[in-house]
Amino acid sequence: MVDVAPAPPEDLTDPVTEPLGPVPDPHADESSRPRMPWSARLLLAVPVAVLTVFFLGPFALMLRTSFYRRVQGGFYEPAFVLESWTRLTSEFYVDRTIFSILACAFVAAITVAVAFPFTWYLTRMRPRFQVPLLVLLLSALALSEVIVAFAWDLILGRSTGITNVLVWIGLMSEPRSYTPGFVALAIGLAYIAFPYCVLAFYPTLSRIDDELVEAATTLGAKRGAVFRTVVVPLGRTTLVAGFLLVFVFTLGSYIIAQVLGRPEHWTLSVFISDQAVFNSNIPFAAAIAIFLTVVSLVVVAITSRLARQEVAS
Amino acid sequence: MPQTTTRPTPAEAAPELDTPGRGGLRLHALRRSFGAVRAVDDVTLDVPAGRFVSFLGPSGCGKTTLLRLIAGLDRPNGGSVVLDDVNITDRPAPERDVGMVFQSLALFPHLDVRRNIGYGLRIRSTPRHEVTQRVEELLELVQLPGLGDRKVTKLSGGQRQRVAIARALARHPALFLLDEPMSALDANLRESLQVELRLLQQRLGITTIMVTHDQREAMTMSDVIVVLNEGRVEQVGPPLEVYRRPRTTFVARFMGTTNLLRGTAIDHHVVSIAGVPFDLGAERYRIPPGADVTLSVRPGDAELQVTAAADVTEPNSLHGTVTFVRDLGGTTECFVDCGLDEPVVVLGAARHIEGVHRGDPVRVRFAAETCTVVTD
Repeated sequence: MVDVAPAPPEDLTDPVTEPLGPVPDPHADESSRPRMPWSARLLLAVPVAVLTVFFLGPFALMLRTSFYRRVQGGFYEPAFVLESWTRLTSEFYVDRTIFSILACAFVAAITVAVAFPFTWYLTRMRPRFQVPLLVLLLSALALSEVIVAFAWDLILGRSTGITNVLVWIGLMSEPRSYTPGFVALAIGLAYIAFPYCVLAFYPTLSRIDDELVEAATTLGAKRGAVFRTVVVPLGRTTLVAGFLLVFVFTLGSYIIAQVLGRPEHWTLSVFISDQAVFNSNIPFAAAIAIFLTVVSLVVVAITSRLARQEVAS
Repeated sequence: MPQTTTRPTPAEAAPELDTPGRGGLRLHALRRSFGAVRAVDDVTLDVPAGRFVSFLGPSGCGKTTLLRLIAGLDRPNGGSVVLDDVNITDRPAPERDVGMVFQSLALFPHLDVRRNIGYGLRIRSTPRHEVTQRVEELLELVQLPGLGDRKVTKLSGGQRQRVAIARALARHPALFLLDEPMSALDANLRESLQVELRLLQQRLGITTIMVTHDQREAMTMSDVIVVLNEGRVEQVGPPLEVYRRPRTTFVARFMGTTNLLRGTAIDHHVVSIAGVPFDLGAERYRIPPGADVTLSVRPGDAELQVTAAADVTEPNSLHGTVTFVRDLGGTTECFVDCGLDEPVVVLGAARHIEGVHRGDPVRVRFAAETCTVVTD
């Protein structure tokens, strides 16, 4: 069956130009020049080309694939069917979408709530303590998601887990398992996002002048009050940025959700890999992937809009 | 409502004598080391209530560390800080009754002028209407009425300075601390703010301690100057006394320029400088004969006499040759080579020194009462 797919160029341009907006421009600081010299344009062409070939191209392919027809027991064939997209509107996937957003927002909130004060105290430490801690933190980035997932599976499991220690101390009567489960999922995601979050906060928080803290102190503010009334307001923008970073990051992570979560805790990312790898339903996987991208862009847009309004008021 | 009986309500606290009798400070044997460096080395000091005291010294003399110990921003290794007869050595900064103006001013960039000034009141859960009232009062006090809603980043240097002062005074502190508050301002503005701040301090009667490395600033504003060097107190006294009667060569040099004349005592009150007897007055000094003595004479106190007769030796006078003349408009400065290690500097009204040229033989007279014995 040879079915020529009508390539819809309108559909291609619209969602695709959206993420093109904040293209990282390595020459942004030179924009004050009236005309860009040829050499600079040539340089600029490199990232644009890379982005086109490795991001926009695949994205366009994926968008096209999402309209292909799946062949049961086989692969897929070119077509223009809305089957994959209509399936996304089923109650199950609407449910999964809401759960994914809420779960990742929850994990992002927890991670930020821990990482922000942590980073603040880290920046106020003496270099002697600060540097080893930073190195330790960065080395955690070297761990792959798979290792982290299975490590937490062991730590939170019944036979090998931390609860055995709690039983031994006498805080618990018998060991129990937290994995798979939402607690394990949240811990795993927060763990892997934490170093990124700290790195996002670090530049802004380390620049807060010590004299501001001391001024607040001499005006009667204790540690907690200084943090609440000086550090948080000054770090508000980076706080939102960190939240979004963790949110998008966890929304895209699927190994941890798969290993540490029960099926009812699976996020959309898990379903993408599930559909693509185990069900060979590439068109549907592509549809979920695009949908997930759009959802995260919408959440990012709303959050940053809200944050900006709050700063303005 | 006043929280305590000692704290006046904002209404009562209006212009005159904000905190009468409060703010007497006593430092006893205070020490603070950073590694091998003794930043504050056994400082004992009494600051009477209501005075303006300057900690004066070069950078690294420990003056800022001392101020931070008083504010509670740093802890001493030994000694005590006593404020109004209460030992506050171990009391954390938020619980000390002090207001401080920082070198960077440290205004909160995320708050407007009003909220910056009211910060200390809000943090103590002062009722809102009291905060509003006090902030308005302070805006009036530092002459910034109508600027309450301005962002602090939109203020000029002088205005920012005033906001910092108002913020530090908001809670009627017993002690007002200033850490080189004028260092970021240009010279003209600094001079006028110095006078203004001094007038404000006198009006409120608040005990004030200012850290500065500027001798002129310290002299302009202070009741008492504390000269610090390498963590130790070199001299304490009213500005003119410290200027005219320096106790050490360090103080003599740091408080403006001076002439240091080195010699040997030949009597209880007579010192021989380059063979010339200098009588210091029998009632002022009793020096053991034979001791090495250094005299300090301010350039303005030395007298220049044009003379041809270089062979007549007069007591308290040195002969020499003019090596350099500098006309400064109202005053003239002469450098005279009298055969000592350093040239003698004479500063006088232009009309007194007129007609003196480079190469002229002159006699420099040092009146007995202007000579001060200093130790090294």
